[in-house]
Amino acid sequence: MTVDLSTRYLGLELRSPLVVSANPLTREPEAVAKFEEAGAGAIVMPSLFEEEIENEEIELAASLDQGTEGFAEALDYFPEVDTFIGEGDRYLRSLETLKRQSAVPIIASLNANSVGGWVRFARLMADAGADALELNLYRINVDPSRTSVDVEDEDLELIAAVRAAVTLPLAVKLSPYYSALAHFAGQVVEAGANGLVLFNRFYQPDIDLDELAVVPRVSLSHPSELRLPMRWTAILRPQLGPEVSIAATSGVHSGGDAVKALMVGADVAMMASAVLRDGPGKIADIEAEMRLWLEENEYSSVMQLRGSASQGSVEDPATFERAQYIRTLHSWAAPPNLIPTA
Amino acid sequence: MTQRWECLDGNEAAARIAYQLSEVISIYPITPASPMAEHCDDWAAQSRPNMWGITPDVVEMQSEAGAAGALHGALQKGALGVTFTASQGLLLMFPNMFKIAGELTPSVIHVSARTIATHALSIFGDHSDVMSARSTGWAMLSSASVQEVLDMALVAHAATLRSRVPFLHFFDGFRTSHEVDKIAMLEPEDVRALVREQDVLDFRARGMSSEDPVVRGTAQNPDVFFQAREAANPYMDAVKGIVAEVMAELSERTGRQYDLVTYTGAPDAEKVILVMGSGTGAVKETVKVLTDAGEKVGMVQVRLFQPFPSEELVAALPETVKSIAVLDRTKEPGAVGEPFYLQTVAALDESLDAGSAQFERRPRVLGGRYGLSSKEFTPQMVKPIFDELGKDAPKKHFSVGIFDDVTNLSLPIDRDFVRPRPEGQVQAMFFGLGSDGTVGANKASVKIIGEGTDLYSQGHFVYDSKKSGAVTVSHLRFGPALIESTYEIQAADFVACHQFGLLNKMPVLDRAKQGATFLLNSPYGPDEVWEHLPSEVQQQIVDKGIELWVIDAFAVAGEVGMGNRINTVMQPCFFKLSGVLPEEEAIAAIKKFVEKTYGKRGEKVVQRNYAAIDLSLERLHKVETGPAPASVEIAAIVADEAPEFVKNVTARIMAGEGDLLPVSAFPVDGSFATATTKWEKRAIAQEIPIWDEAICIDCGKCAMVCPHAAIRMKVYPEAELGQLSGDFKSKDFRSRDLENHKITIQVAPDDCTGCGVCVDVCPAKSKTEVKRKAINMESFMATAEAERARWDEFLSIPELDRSALPRDTIKGSQVLEPLFEFSGACSGCGETPYVKLVSQLFGDRMIVANATGCSSIYGGNLPTTPWATNAAGQGPAWNNSLFEDNAEFGLGMRLALDVQTANAKALLRKLAPTVGEELVSAILDNEQDSEASIEQQRKDVDQLRAILEGVSGESKADADSLLSLSGDLIRTGVWIMGGDGWAYDIGFGGVDAALACGRDVNILVLDTQVYSNTGGQASKATPRGAVAKFAAAGKSSGRKDLGAIARAYGNVYVAQIALGASDTQTNKAMLEAEAWPGPSIIIAYSTCIAHGIDMSTSMTHQKDAVKSGFWPLYRYVPSEAADGQPFKLDSKKPTMPIKEFVESETRFAILARTQPERAAELAALSQADADERWRYYSQLADVQRSIPSLEHEPAAAPADGSASSSHGKGESK
Repeated sequence: MTVDLSTRYLGLELRSPLVVSANPLTREPEAVAKFEEAGAGAIVMPSLFEEEIENEEIELAASLDQGTEGFAEALDYFPEVDTFIGEGDRYLRSLETLKRQSAVPIIASLNANSVGGWVRFARLMADAGADALELNLYRINVDPSRTSVDVEDEDLELIAAVRAAVTLPLAVKLSPYYSALAHFAGQVVEAGANGLVLFNRFYQPDIDLDELAVVPRVSLSHPSELRLPMRWTAILRPQLGPEVSIAATSGVHSGGDAVKALMVGADVAMMASAVLRDGPGKIADIEAEMRLWLEENEYSSVMQLRGSASQGSVEDPATFERAQYIRTLHSWAAPPNLIPTA
Repeated sequence: MTQRWECLDGNEAAARIAYQLSEVISIYPITPASPMAEHCDDWAAQSRPNMWGITPDVVEMQSEAGAAGALHGALQKGALGVTFTASQGLLLMFPNMFKIAGELTPSVIHVSARTIATHALSIFGDHSDVMSARSTGWAMLSSASVQEVLDMALVAHAATLRSRVPFLHFFDGFRTSHEVDKIAMLEPEDVRALVREQDVLDFRARGMSSEDPVVRGTAQNPDVFFQAREAANPYMDAVKGIVAEVMAELSERTGRQYDLVTYTGAPDAEKVILVMGSGTGAVKETVKVLTDAGEKVGMVQVRLFQPFPSEELVAALPETVKSIAVLDRTKEPGAVGEPFYLQTVAALDESLDAGSAQFERRPRVLGGRYGLSSKEFTPQMVKPIFDELGKDAPKKHFSVGIFDDVTNLSLPIDRDFVRPRPEGQVQAMFFGLGSDGTVGANKASVKIIGEGTDLYSQGHFVYDSKKSGAVTVSHLRFGPALIESTYEIQAADFVACHQFGLLNKMPVLDRAKQGATFLLNSPYGPDEVWEHLPSEVQQQIVDKGIELWVIDAFAVAGEVGMGNRINTVMQPCFFKLSGVLPEEEAIAAIKKFVEKTYGKRGEKVVQRNYAAIDLSLERLHKVETGPAPASVEIAAIVADEAPEFVKNVTARIMAGEGDLLPVSAFPVDGSFATATTKWEKRAIAQEIPIWDEAICIDCGKCAMVCPHAAIRMKVYPEAELGQLSGDFKSKDFRSRDLENHKITIQVAPDDCTGCGVCVDVCPAKSKTEVKRKAINMESFMATAEAERARWDEFLSIPELDRSALPRDTIKGSQVLEPLFEFSGACSGCGETPYVKLVSQLFGDRMIVANATGCSSIYGGNLPTTPWATNAAGQGPAWNNSLFEDNAEFGLGMRLALDVQTANAKALLRKLAPTVGEELVSAILDNEQDSEASIEQQRKDVDQLRAILEGVSGESKADADSLLSLSGDLIRTGVWIMGGDGWAYDIGFGGVDAALACGRDVNILVLDTQVYSNTGGQASKATPRGAVAKFAAAGKSSGRKDLGAIARAYGNVYVAQIALGASDTQTNKAMLEAEAWPGPSIIIAYSTCIAHGIDMSTSMTHQKDAVKSGFWPLYRYVPSEAADGQPFKLDSKKPTMPIKEFVESETRFAILARTQPERAAELAALSQADADERWRYYSQLADVQRSIPSLEHEPAAAPADGSASSSHGKGESK
């Protein structure tokens, strides 16, 4: 029996629920071709950060101005730059290239810090041929005078603005740190999102002990990190209804992980760390594992599996809620060397 | 067709025409001509077509000689060729110029005429270069203004094709070359109409072809050479007619009247001045004033200088002329007169002989020199020339513009002579710093007004010779009539001072006219600024009734995120106050210009500029001025304890009063005392590094990397503390070599440029607050006073005995006194730390040959020099010959030293009975290989001198001779320094010769991988993928491995170093190179502003260059051992991808933003380069190689004159 792996995400028909989520490789044509060859259902490009575009412009302008018009023999230090292809232009070029070469949907991703930035680039991405848009709400709210309502309102305003600007399918990538996530998720959909991506992984700063300095450090995800998106996918799936797409991301490293994500209600399982660690071929491995499990367990399609263990479909819905925490703790056994023996 | 106007400078005007009319453009950078070549390279990189629709091939060569050679070859093949140059560069082209002319080959060289170096180098303008080219056989055409440059460039290109005689088209460097004027443009149809297609086809047909072969460049013997040389005469004879014809055609098309010579003035003039070049403007204006007053004066402007238009010149003179002054902008010592004068005298003589002259009596002719090295030439200098012409016994030869109190040749300057302001003209002066964008904004204003309105506009810009904290003065004129004043503004309607601190340093208001408007960028608001003004400034404001306005431009720039670039804040204020344009119109125009200029750099940059413009007008305030009591005195320029020469001469140059110094103030041979930067307290830093002794770990890295020797380390016995105040900071010195000593790290607050490199490298961090280091940048304003007092105390502590600490440690080298301090190099310069280190290790016993370039400018540009002396008066003796010959120059010093040392030793042996065997042996046997033994040698030589001074009788002659050579008994190193442009390109042949010679010279290549001093042109050291001028599309080829070439000799010590990556390896390489008795070369990676990096992280970039394998560290230590492995790879296997390194530097990153595909391709190749380099070098580390050497080598030159097979290890050391 052949299992039907196809799924629908943001209104797009995907051949497989295994989607490569935003990571540096999904901008590289060669890597994307390999992902596609390995069976990826869609590709999410890395986020275009508005700050990056602005910083680049400002830094470059400052760098080209440095030392100019001060010394008679060297009134400047660089040739005249006639056309300047900024980060935004380069991103759009990559998008166009990927669209030309790919049969699977290419989802562009955007992180902006102003309404103007979101709308402008959302339009440009649509013009460049993106199949869908993923808005990345990546922010650390450190201002003590701003309340959770302030923060959420601002996010919703941004989503609505983009929705008004483009007709493309729209996904919103959320962080897990909203104080009332279930409520907020509903509002995000109301503001115009066609789907949610759960969750954004924040890269946390680290301390370099040799240099005594704070350094940004990228660490790849671990399979255990899947639990968080699984829980919220399970909770939100029945709340949002079947028309709203959900992508589970963070911690998908095996066919089993993908099955779990789909089972709790995700339309797609997204992965980045797995392919960064093991290469594009990992997608084919995961697909094979997933297929094997589905076959062994006599599933005919991914659509059949999807949501079969969401909160609305499980025997004890509280499992996904707080009570589960206590049970988990109780189920934990200390390693033998931790507790001294008499 | 309506006339199209544009604002551009002379260099761009020449380049526009040259580019359109060329197929091959061979180039080489030289100030002030480089921009012509840069424009062509930029346009070619953008594939802009020439008149025939093809993109010219722009090729950078290794020198001007190379550029001329390539030009010659291209021309001989029948391609239209052009080049650009100036000064020494033109001289290097001479051999090919003779050939090109001798072969009747059409071509043009555009020259931004510049002074030739004599007693000193000068980058400024005069005709000494072009006048030297008179015998090459090229026609010489001169332009007096930017408009003329455009027009005469076309005339030159058209006439050369018609006449077959090559043309040298010249205009005045740093006046016309850099003056921005509104000019009427030529359209492609004009160019096509003058450059006849048939002439091009004929030229091409004469090109070399194997289809129709000829032989050219034969050798000829006495029987025929002479006749053959005369055979071309008719072609030169035809040139005048052809030029006149082309000029007439141009005049016909444009309405601008041109002639070989043009007379202006009274038809019945009795006194006439002959002039050529930009001086024309001042003479013309003076003639106008005088003729308006009824005086019988006139002038002749000569455009074609060679072939000299004798008949035309004589014919142009009024028949009433009685006396003529011919003005030459050059000097030919010993000649009867300068060339223009001589030609004129001969022309008059010949026409009188021929009976063709219209005047009854032979006019009297005077010859005058003016304007050497861009010396100002104003109507106040022209008027006295007319006065002189009216005298009964005038000076037959004179100079004007200076006060010659030695040979008394100069005419006085008539400071009372006032030329009325042309109606409606506005004159504005701006004082700023290079870093604040003032000049850029003023160039923009010239364009905004010139191109956006019917007004004419002119901008002239004056820069000082410092690379950090450099002051700029802009002179802008706007008005309804054509502007011909080619001299600085003398009475400004508007003065802006963009830096408050300049009020204390420069006479900012001296040239403000009565009732002028003064715009001041001030940290003090309108209510408090008055009391902070220096009393002299207050006085001038009151006396001249000046209207004062202030704005805190730094606050506005800071608010909108523009940092120190206050240009867009000050510019709208100028427009508002000057009234050149209605305010609204002006603001709209500025914004439009911002969009045009910055639009390509991104929306954000544009928005910030807009914000700055809008906010600036809100923050502009008028000030209620005094009269108020004088509150702030302007401090003395230099301290009272400075030497007399510094006080009387140097200080006046610093104050901008150099023009007022008389001839007698100067040394006759260009020699100046060293150690003068210390008197020039520039105080240019906003923040300075302050030492926190509690955190310091005594490593010395801050002192090691300081580009300006402004942060110092001193170690001294604890007992010294008793002499110091309680505020003086110190801590225990941690060292196994030295006990009971204290250490102090101290900044020289007024000499620091605030680059922050020291803080970046400081490894010691606070235990309680990691951001705090052992040195931290703090506000200059808040700390300067206390630090000045500490610096003075620091200087009072005696230097540590040079042998007290081992020199091969950083601590050990950094306690040695720097004898290179406070240079004017860029803030954060990557070169100067190396130079300083050499001066610390060997400065008391070294002589330096310095190639022209950054290091010769920060090393030896007046008014001051950073080369210094120790307490005993010893220090580096420094000299700069040229750009191209530095290695040879240094080798010559070595040869002299060796011969003098050998001579001294021979005399010493001869005088042994008189001097005493013991002392003679002590001196001769001293190896001088340590600080202690050198100190001993100095003592012994002092003793020897004392003995020699007492010798009389027969031995006295020998004793006197030995006395004069006694200094050569002290081991002296020769250091040959320069940049990569010198060592890899123009001076490479000499470097190779010096290495091959086997003599003991130390070559230090300050490798910035571009021609830094002239603005970052590519050299053969430029790496693959880097964007540089002359490599606007990114350099395709990899950098030359200069070290590999040097290593090939086997007996050359070679080191590739990068201070930021390994300070110990750098230190070690310096010591080894100096100790090696043969030739040494150190290739030192030098971060540069042209890399497009944040210079405060200069050393981190060096570290990354090594970490990525971009710049491996190694030493090649020649070995005599048969199993020796001379190649020592000092850096570790690369751990960083090249991509990561190149992305952090604008020179590479810019290509990814202009040509992403090409950038990616070149980056991949660069990685392959690095991988292969590492593989190759790793293998080299295992290679065994030894140098065979002679058992007993002579001290100096071998008898056969060749030392190339040996490493020169002799008894000279």
